[in-house]
Amino acid sequence: MRNTAMNMVHKLAARDERVLYIGSDPGAGTLRAMSKEFPKRHLIEGISEAHIIGMSAGLAMEGFVPYVNTIATFLTRRCYEQVAVDLCLHNLPVRLIANGGGLVYAPLGPTHQAIEDIAIMRALPNMTVICPCDADEAARMMEQTLDWKGPIYIRLGKGGDAIVSKAEHGFEIGKAILMRPPGDVLMVTTGIMLQRALAAADLLAAQGLRAGILHMHTVKPLDTAALLQAIRGTRLLVTLEEHVPSGGLGSAVAEALIDKLGSGFPAMLRLSLPDRFMHNYGSQDSLLKKHGLSAGAIATSIEHALAASHTPSPQLHST
Amino acid sequence: MRRLVLGSVRSAGRGHVGPALSLIEMVRVLYDDVLRIDPKNPGDPDRDRAILSKGHGCLALYALLADRGFFPLSELDGFCGPDSILGGHPEYGMVPGVEASTGALGHGLSIGVGLALAARMRERSYRTFVLLGDGEINEGSVWEAAMGAAKHGLDNLVALIDYNKLQSYGPTDYVLPLEPLADKWRSFGFAVQEVNGHDVGALRNVLKQLPAVAGKPTAIICHTVKGKGLPAAESNADWHHKNKLTDSELDAIRVAVGDF
Repeated sequence: MRNTAMNMVHKLAARDERVLYIGSDPGAGTLRAMSKEFPKRHLIEGISEAHIIGMSAGLAMEGFVPYVNTIATFLTRRCYEQVAVDLCLHNLPVRLIANGGGLVYAPLGPTHQAIEDIAIMRALPNMTVICPCDADEAARMMEQTLDWKGPIYIRLGKGGDAIVSKAEHGFEIGKAILMRPPGDVLMVTTGIMLQRALAAADLLAAQGLRAGILHMHTVKPLDTAALLQAIRGTRLLVTLEEHVPSGGLGSAVAEALIDKLGSGFPAMLRLSLPDRFMHNYGSQDSLLKKHGLSAGAIATSIEHALAASHTPSPQLHST
Repeated sequence: MRRLVLGSVRSAGRGHVGPALSLIEMVRVLYDDVLRIDPKNPGDPDRDRAILSKGHGCLALYALLADRGFFPLSELDGFCGPDSILGGHPEYGMVPGVEASTGALGHGLSIGVGLALAARMRERSYRTFVLLGDGEINEGSVWEAAMGAAKHGLDNLVALIDYNKLQSYGPTDYVLPLEPLADKWRSFGFAVQEVNGHDVGALRNVLKQLPAVAGKPTAIICHTVKGKGLPAAESNADWHHKNKLTDSELDAIRVAVGDF
């Protein structure tokens, strides 16, 4: 996913002279081909994220579209005020390409694990937050970033994630994709949790339970209309995210339901990481499994929640 | 200009008094004698860019911009009012002539690096000036930006430092010593000039000879007096910011600049 997104920056740069790549201190050879073809638009500016965000704001004020790239935690925690003031307050078209969203850097410990990035980015007015699920979707997403007004936070997964997105679904920022029709259950996912949701849905199907999946690649602006449409007739709404419980996808969905419906929506189960820093290493997969986010554990949690929920299907308002 | 600044302070009953009064001559010379700007065309792509990175000094900038016709002088009386365009820190898009929203410190020089780099990449002739406070340069991001400016050899970028030696709490020497300040900027790759920041002729001379060294960004350390022109406020950290004014403080303003 990361290589694809990087290569898309090069491709967009070839098409549009406004496009810049700005890295802090990325891995050796990052976008080498672009650095050869467009040396003036391939900028490596050092481990100085606060400065890089401000500089990108200045470049964007002059009509450039900078794609700023470093590790997710440094792009969010380190320079939060610059992101808030220089990018969001001025509403400038800077794209933040965050490597290693979620637990990708599991072996490197809590300084490198972006577990609250969605929350703090979506809290900012004017910010758009996108979490593609695989490399193919990342490529379709990058195509849409060129002319989007305002800043975008792009949370990238590990790379090598199973390709589950489909070209025929297309990609539009802010438009959720219904991957499976709603049934007894609707899972709402973002990022690479889609793969796990698909596998969990298969496990549930084997138990005779129909589980729909709504892929919310854009967490902000949230596609509330698609959400309200998809929950019609479901008994249980489940959000899945590689993120702490506060402020992420589950929060965004709950806020939307309360703001739009107030009451009368299905029982809700939010599956996420716990509200604590991870003190285990291993791999992204092992940490997700440890915290109940393997396909099997997701399916089990849903079965238990359904068993506990005896509420009849609610009558929902239309939007 | 000091009368305009203090008029705003009196109208609003508040304001960053000392940080605006130390800036007066810097702003006056920069905007009147140096910047290529047109109040009737504030978005001219070839205009010189100026960012007041020490946004809390905005009363000086507001007075200058109003005086130059970027907006009506009457706006100054509404400073910090509920419907005013003039807040306690300047906002882009709200105040004609303001290039960037500032107030949080340590942002302006990086934005200036971006503007100056854009001029280089686009082969445009505009220059970028960033006004920084001395307390502001406590922020590490300023020094990140300085390294970036030097890396790119941005001789179309000028940092003006309002070195009034006082920050909010007290002397800069006490809070976080800056000396040797000129050596610091020099070692970060800037051509450095030092000038009396209240000497209009000296400021003009320095600002007319830019870049100080071809291929290097310029830092101009302007030695100033915080609160300059209002005796009660001069070199007095208590006048850094006022959120209300006592009768005796209003009297001090009246004595300094007369009834207006």
